[in-house]
Amino acid sequence: MVGPGIAAYLILSVALFATGAFGVLIRRSPLIILLALELMLNAGNLALIAFARQLGDADGQIFALTVMVVAAAEAVLGLGLIVAVSRKRVELDVDKLTTLRG
Amino acid sequence: MELLLAASAANVLVWIVWIVAALALLASGIAVVLFANPFFSALALIGNLASLAVLYLLLSGEFVAGAQVIVYAGAIVIMFVFVLAYLGGRADVPWAGGPTLQNVTSIVAAAAIALEVIVVIALKAGDDLSDTAPVSGAFGSPAQIGELFLSDHLLAFEVTSIVLLVAAIGGVILGSAMPASDDESES
Repeated sequence: MVGPGIAAYLILSVALFATGAFGVLIRRSPLIILLALELMLNAGNLALIAFARQLGDADGQIFALTVMVVAAAEAVLGLGLIVAVSRKRVELDVDKLTTLRG
Repeated sequence: MELLLAASAANVLVWIVWIVAALALLASGIAVVLFANPFFSALALIGNLASLAVLYLLLSGEFVAGAQVIVYAGAIVIMFVFVLAYLGGRADVPWAGGPTLQNVTSIVAAAAIALEVIVVIALKAGDDLSDTAPVSGAFGSPAQIGELFLSDHLLAFEVTSIVLLVAAIGGVILGSAMPASDDESES
């Protein structure tokens, strides 16, 4: 395999995952939290595809494609929830959206 | 000798592409998290997805790279931009109010996740991770992925369609106007 080994891809993947986790923790706008969640899902995809290449087994790529579908479904429902919340004229701030808290 | 030179030239080229894609990936990832304007964050996510597609190509995942660009950059980001335009995305500065306890803890938690996994990778890098299986040119091609989806992973393929159907129905229900009794502010 030419170029960097799998370990380099994995380190890149965990750096991206940590960036996404940081974004989820620190931002208050639910839209940006969804964007940061996409970063985390993509970091997982990168690790899956790196391992698929290392093992020479395309099953990892199938997994990555399935994760992509789940990400699409998650984005649809997350954005739908955000639009539904904004209809109630509530400020879009996850620290203030406490009505559903049990 | 000439063959060896050609091989090392290809190696250098792949390294250069990898480094550029990796830097673009990390820079656009940080930009997604730190831009105050959500619109710019969504645009930075496109750069992130494009550099990921380059890395997938280097890992001989041609079909996944194409699907990445079409599904993510083409569909999901467009959906984000639509909702941002509908809601009029307001700026939300990540560091408003100085370093609070939550901000500091977030940095520590993210750094801890990264450090933990990097240590594990460094411990394993010598033995298991260093040898890579040889693959043929057809690895990751649309033909191979399609064949796997329709034979070994048929159940996953069918469940995927149900997940998408449920998500589409849920999106329509969430997006449609609520009944008047539920929502007094709606005219």
